[in-house]
Amino acid sequence: MELFELPAWTALAPALLLALTAMALFIIDSIAPDSRNSGLLAGTTAAGSIVSLGVAVWYLLAGVGTPTVDGGRGVIDVLGDQFVVDQLALFFMIIVAVVTALVAVASYDYMEDHTYQAEYYSLVLLAATGMSFMAAANSLVTIFIALELASLPSYALVSILKDNRGSVEGGLKYFLIGALSSAIFVYGISLVYGATGHLQLTNIAEVVEAGDADPYGGLLGLGILMLIGGFAFKTASVPFHFWAPEAYEGAPAPIAAFLSSASKAAGFVIAFRVFTEAFPVGETASAIGVDWTLAFIILAIVTMTLGNFAAATQNNVKRMLAYSSIGHAGYALIGLAGISAGGGELVMGAAMMHLFVYGFMNTGAFLFVALAEYWGVGRTFEDYNGLGRRAPVACFALAIFMFSLAGIPPLGGFWSKYFLFTGALEAGLLVVAAALVVNSALSLYYYTRLVKAVWIEEPVTERDALSQPIGLYAAIVVAAVMTLALLPLFGPVADTAVDAATAMLA
Amino acid sequence: MMIEALIAVALVGAFVTFVAPNRIAGKLAFAISLIPAALSLWMFSAFDGSGNALLGGELAFASEFEWIQFGEYSISWLVGLDGISMPLVVLTTILSTLAIVSSWTPIDERESQFYGLVLFIEANLIGVFAALDFFVWFIFWEAVLIPMYLLIGIWGGPRRKYAAIKFFVYTNVASLVMFGAFIALVFGLGDVTTFALPDVTAAMLDGGPDGFLGIGGTTLASLVFVAMFLGFAVKVPIVPFHTWLPDAHVEAPTPASVLLAGVLLKMGTYALLRFNFTMFPTEVIEPFVIPIAAIAVISVIYGAMLALAQTDLKRIVAYSSVSSMGYVILGLIALTQFGVGGATFQMVSHGLISGLMFMAVGVIYNATHTRMVTDMSGMADRMPVAVGILVAGAFGYMGLPLMSGFFGEFTIFFGAFGAEGLAYSQVFTALAMFGIVIVAGYLLFALQRTVFGPYHLETDYDVDRAPLHDIAPMFVLLGLIILLGVAPELIFEMITDAVDPILETGGEL
Repeated sequence: MELFELPAWTALAPALLLALTAMALFIIDSIAPDSRNSGLLAGTTAAGSIVSLGVAVWYLLAGVGTPTVDGGRGVIDVLGDQFVVDQLALFFMIIVAVVTALVAVASYDYMEDHTYQAEYYSLVLLAATGMSFMAAANSLVTIFIALELASLPSYALVSILKDNRGSVEGGLKYFLIGALSSAIFVYGISLVYGATGHLQLTNIAEVVEAGDADPYGGLLGLGILMLIGGFAFKTASVPFHFWAPEAYEGAPAPIAAFLSSASKAAGFVIAFRVFTEAFPVGETASAIGVDWTLAFIILAIVTMTLGNFAAATQNNVKRMLAYSSIGHAGYALIGLAGISAGGGELVMGAAMMHLFVYGFMNTGAFLFVALAEYWGVGRTFEDYNGLGRRAPVACFALAIFMFSLAGIPPLGGFWSKYFLFTGALEAGLLVVAAALVVNSALSLYYYTRLVKAVWIEEPVTERDALSQPIGLYAAIVVAAVMTLALLPLFGPVADTAVDAATAMLA
Repeated sequence: MMIEALIAVALVGAFVTFVAPNRIAGKLAFAISLIPAALSLWMFSAFDGSGNALLGGELAFASEFEWIQFGEYSISWLVGLDGISMPLVVLTTILSTLAIVSSWTPIDERESQFYGLVLFIEANLIGVFAALDFFVWFIFWEAVLIPMYLLIGIWGGPRRKYAAIKFFVYTNVASLVMFGAFIALVFGLGDVTTFALPDVTAAMLDGGPDGFLGIGGTTLASLVFVAMFLGFAVKVPIVPFHTWLPDAHVEAPTPASVLLAGVLLKMGTYALLRFNFTMFPTEVIEPFVIPIAAIAVISVIYGAMLALAQTDLKRIVAYSSVSSMGYVILGLIALTQFGVGGATFQMVSHGLISGLMFMAVGVIYNATHTRMVTDMSGMADRMPVAVGILVAGAFGYMGLPLMSGFFGEFTIFFGAFGAEGLAYSQVFTALAMFGIVIVAGYLLFALQRTVFGPYHLETDYDVDRAPLHDIAPMFVLLGLIILLGVAPELIFEMITDAVDPILETGGEL
């Protein structure tokens, strides 16, 4: 027996702590509005997200989400099942908190001379809060609210460099497409509600399983398709991917890191939850006449191929990373494509692992771009030439990120890609597995191109010694160490992800 | 935990060296690399394994624990040494130390990064030879590529970018083919749920795969055999997959060439021995015996002919590696005790001799800044010691008795000549032996023009005697070559002990 039992709502503490930290930043800002003490602001943000991370890890270790028969505490539901805290939720809360912490530490240097610092950090935290809630949201309403809470600050963050054309343009594009996809998403929710009469995911599933939605199969199918559109926007997948290159390129690089890692992961968690809880594959297929995993098979292949081919043709490093992040969304979509087959928990688990590793390697890669922007070396591959002479540690970290993104063995990215591959094979998705291999091989070209630029090419112009901003360096080194450490320490991540996926599909 | 200690020392040393100041990096890396060298020599003397690692032999310094569980398949950390891998680990640690010393002169920029990468390669090479779980092995196998790519790409010669990317693409594509094939094999085996090589081997010899993705068991085994052979053939390399090798060798800095020829090529032959010729039962290998023997002989002859046509000393040595690796393949496919044992011995011996040759060429290049045979003559006049060692190394290559090359090649020919499972074995052996004549031809031809005669050099550099730290590693290598030539049983007993079980369990043709 415990000494005391925590009330159920404290299960949402990882998300609530992020919100609280945002409030704390507002208070700090109202006390000292003109202060430019970026150390205090970044420190508070990082501390808040690290505490959130710690709590989420603690919950996982304490057995929240593990079935009670296995000695765990079971799934905790909050506010009448509007939110659930299970392994899936905690897993993604960890990703969000990690990325937020890295981004906050890196922003300490990047946003040094910026005027709206308190606003910047509180917007980051609010967006992170939204993403964290997305991980736990269990009804279409809370999902939508959490989604908007994550999206609205993101629009502002992308365009926070007010005097920079690219930033404002990217923000506007992001906002317009975001607003459109939100509308589609809400319309999808209303159609699903119309067909089933429920918003709660488990209730929807009951109606579908009972066959009560069968007369409205077309309506339901259209609704599901529109929901998929909403997810595609948030995860930067085809067909709602085209905001990503503009927004990432225009946004401050730490924000690009934040959006491409945390926001993408949050998009995937709602997709995982909605499609495993609300629309059981077999019954939904009989209601709407199509197996919805087919949509994800197509989306996965198209997204990874498009992302990789576009990335291979870029000259701008940030755009290359933006397209590569679209490609990785394609890899993660395999997790949804394979759900219907036997062993679907392996594919879904592999996709979760991939998003976890991605949280480190992709964040690190974008933070390297942030470092390059901080140095002012320019944006193209040529501008990066020869950086390895001046900044070997950061460039070594960059090599780790690139090879890990490519899925080369001695790094964390290898495991998740390998598991996605075998998972897809076991689920019988031969075409998807083949596409994964071909795309990975192709991606090696543009990832090594960047490594080649910093390490092997001669610098185009002579450079003076480069400064070593402590925050950016710390964040990059931590991300690199984690990417490396995930090679030997992948076991627990794999176990948690597969357990979470098994629980969802049970 | 000795193997883990070896790898850990080299890995930690790599990171320490990477951030150390350039000024001390070379000495620091040397000091660090002495630890694994000494440790591996101690392990060699305390070696207590017997039998073959894949066939239920007694492993030395083994350790195992569970790593990752995914679905029903588990991946374990499993390392250990047998009589085949032990000599190769010692070869790796010694050659790495010597390569580091031989870099002190030629490497004059970004030293800490250079030595860090060399130590990183050393750690992974040890891992390749010690790993007995497919994933552990594959991770080390691939991890060698990246630092080697950077070594060639950053410190290489004028065409280094082309050579580095060619090396990377060739070997990486080959790895991908091999990786896919092996995974398909394990999935096809059905009731095997680990990737531990001994388990897979046991299942392969006990009935083989049931089939995978609609491909029948026997076909799958043959397909996997071919795919893995191709994957490793690129690494070895065997004609016609050898074209990356001369480029990589010529452009690579001397120490990288030493490691590349000395150890990296052995990764390919070692993997062929471990996977293709140990894991697969006789019935699967049988149809491919003649083609493989033919490819081996073609490699010997064609590689030697290519070497004959070169005027760049380094290219000559590089192509002669293609030729030497042909002998190793011939010995392996003979599947007799002397054939396979001699091939394994030749791996070590060739590592030492080719390392020596590359170092000697490197020392001459450091002084003259040219490697062209046509540019120089009478080098013996100015650099008597370095040139003397080059001549000694060349004779080792030609198989002079009492040097290790003789024993290696002799046992291979002896084993191949009497191979019962290899039709026309006498013809193949005779053809391969003819390769020796060509080897002697091109080496003597090159030596005659560069070493002897009146001194002449078409360059502006002043040629001086090489410093002691350039000469010392070559003496160590020469000493080892003679030691193994005089007393081959030092490692040959160990090797045959590990090789014999392969021949007993279905390998004997």
